[in-house]
Amino acid sequence: MSRRGFLGVAAAGLAGAVLAPGIQLIEIAQAASAGGPASAGASAKVRWGMLIDTTKCAEGCTDCVTACNTENGLAPATRSTDPQWIRKIEIKEIKTGRTASLPVMCQHCADPPCVDVCPTGASFKRADGIVLVDRHSCIGCRYCMMACPYKARSFVHEPLTEQKRDVPRGKGCVESCTLCVHRLDQGDKTTACAEACSQAGHGAIVFGDLNDPASEISLRLRAATSTQLRADLRLDPGVRYQGL
Amino acid sequence: MAPALHPLDQRLFYPLVAAGGLVALAGLGGAYLMEEHGHVITGMDNQVVWGLPHVFAIFMIVAASGVLNVASIGSVFGHAVYKRRAPLSGLLCLALLAGGLMVLMLDLGRPERVIVAATHYNLSSVFAWNVFLYSGMFAIVAVYLWTMFERRFNHHAKAVGLAALIWRFMLTTGTGLIFGFLVARQAYQSAVLAPLFIVLSFGWGLAVFMIAQSALLAWNRQPLDEAVRRRMARLLGVFVAAALYLVAVYHLTNLYFARQGEFEAFILRDGGVFPLLFWFGFVGLGSLLPLGLLFHPRLSSPRGVLAAAAGVVLGAFAFLYVFIIGGQVFPLEIFPGHQVRSSFGDGAIGRYVPSWPELLLGLGGVGTAFVLTIVGVRVLDFLPRDDMPTGPAAKAG
Amino acid sequence: MLHIAALLTMLAALVAGSSALAGDGRTPRPVIEPATAGTQCVEPSDVMRRYHMRFLEHQRDDTVRGGVRGAKYSLKDCIDCHASAKNASVARAETNFCVSCHSYAAVRIDCFECHTSKSPKLAQGATK
Repeated sequence: MSRRGFLGVAAAGLAGAVLAPGIQLIEIAQAASAGGPASAGASAKVRWGMLIDTTKCAEGCTDCVTACNTENGLAPATRSTDPQWIRKIEIKEIKTGRTASLPVMCQHCADPPCVDVCPTGASFKRADGIVLVDRHSCIGCRYCMMACPYKARSFVHEPLTEQKRDVPRGKGCVESCTLCVHRLDQGDKTTACAEACSQAGHGAIVFGDLNDPASEISLRLRAATSTQLRADLRLDPGVRYQGL
Repeated sequence: MAPALHPLDQRLFYPLVAAGGLVALAGLGGAYLMEEHGHVITGMDNQVVWGLPHVFAIFMIVAASGVLNVASIGSVFGHAVYKRRAPLSGLLCLALLAGGLMVLMLDLGRPERVIVAATHYNLSSVFAWNVFLYSGMFAIVAVYLWTMFERRFNHHAKAVGLAALIWRFMLTTGTGLIFGFLVARQAYQSAVLAPLFIVLSFGWGLAVFMIAQSALLAWNRQPLDEAVRRRMARLLGVFVAAALYLVAVYHLTNLYFARQGEFEAFILRDGGVFPLLFWFGFVGLGSLLPLGLLFHPRLSSPRGVLAAAAGVVLGAFAFLYVFIIGGQVFPLEIFPGHQVRSSFGDGAIGRYVPSWPELLLGLGGVGTAFVLTIVGVRVLDFLPRDDMPTGPAAKAG
Repeated sequence: MLHIAALLTMLAALVAGSSALAGDGRTPRPVIEPATAGTQCVEPSDVMRRYHMRFLEHQRDDTVRGGVRGAKYSLKDCIDCHASAKNASVARAETNFCVSCHSYAAVRIDCFECHTSKSPKLAQGATK
């Protein structure tokens, strides 16, 4: 046999040896997809949103921020490198002197610029409207942080330990408010911040399904006027504010 | 007299490679520190997310695109002087691109995930397109160099040169649109950034080429023809003027819009280090001084021309610092007409102080590009030879 | 003819050699802490050993992008069964379940840079 012939047979044999386990693997993967008692998963019939009544928001109150930090395992922020998924902003209109206080977090836009610019598709919008970061694909390029009009995203600048079981987060990835997706997926009906705000008696945050015309949030949005932040950008955020 | 095939003297070659290698190694050290401890050791934070490494990287990538201009003028427009310089231009393009991409990839929050970036593409993202455009650039320039060196394929150089020109335009447009597509930022959100970056690439690329050419020829004890130097000097002057024009248009338009007034006041007058860098760095040292040196009959000596090129490069860094970092330091305007304050720096001018790891990483990219160029010039026949007779053999290439 | 015979002998030797991993006493094996007593993994050991990374890779997309939690290959459930009785973790000590095999095979995993490796179910009785 010639050298060329030997190489041909060897290559065929090697290819067979390399591919054979893969063929077996595909069978296994198909067999395993019958899941156990899993949750239903996100549905496109729902669009989660939030309504914040700033008239009920007190200057200096940070109940929502504390609740978010506790729920998601965030340390209280002291430095400009510390992640903040939600923060209280105090505004004062320069010409009139009118003040207001409001929490700002990821606005969960329907047309999110952060999703457009993410090179790997790690920043994505789920079927139910929640905008998330898939940290398995995030390479930490921070382009989404440049693109967000609301400074909603934070970058994890140092190694983390003691993460919450349901909120994995780590160094080198970008993160932002998840609308407590881990709670919603497991049947909970509200987010930590909304719950804390109502339990403390302020009632400034309402969370609910924007697609359900009978939900409390939909009724409130139909009853009184509300605004979206940076509405001129036509991003259609899921978070709206009253009293601004 | 035609120089030997190994132009760089051994006594110069090894020290040069060692020096460049040390700088590149320092860069890798900076990257290692950032990877190990996280970006908390840098000056970047949640407001200024892209710092000094991006300034270096974007300069090198834009210059890489522009340095190929010299080859394009040769291949596509047929100027013999530039055609002789095409190989060096191609080498510099590859070296600068490699250095710039090295800095960019090592600055990622998760550099080990570069393979994810290479296998998962969100095609609405300019970054994802850049993965194609940059790797395609390597391939096209490699083929381009091959058509220049392989005598049998010399006649393909024009077609491949045209492809490289078009690819280059797409790549630099993409670099400009990285910023141009950011609708929410007052510093960016403009279509003029695409042509601006293209024109900037012409000037920055030619300046780098002239500096590299002068240095390499001097190290090789080869003279540079005065007529060639004067042609390139005039061309650099044209590019610098064109860039200044587009930057002026960008700022004048911004000044016209009431909603951009505060931002322009910050960048041009009130922002401390940013106006200083813009006016003295980019406009003065990077544009007006070089224009004077390049066009004034008595000042355009060889040293004057080299000084002008160096000024353009320094002005480029000043421009990018103001553009990238100044653009982030200015707060996002979520509530127009309001005073804003929060725990997250809303409404406040951000603070950015470059750190050592960042500077080392940026310089490391430059060092890598330097080493690649020196090794390339030593190993293959990249240097231009102006004293060769223009016969049929020399014409093809 | 001789070449084909040599090739087949080589392939046979490779296959036979892989059986050494099944344990014929001469190859050092990792010290892996057993899972919680009385539990049964969702797949047989040999299937898990070879394909657990594929199951997890597929499941993570279902969870993160699809919102499916508590499915067959849920990482949380893996950790709950496999967490060490000593420190309630799968990755903190050298003998913990994930780390022991992965350091033996010299395959670096970054799961636990983000996911906590501790199980609260075992944490009550465990000493750190």
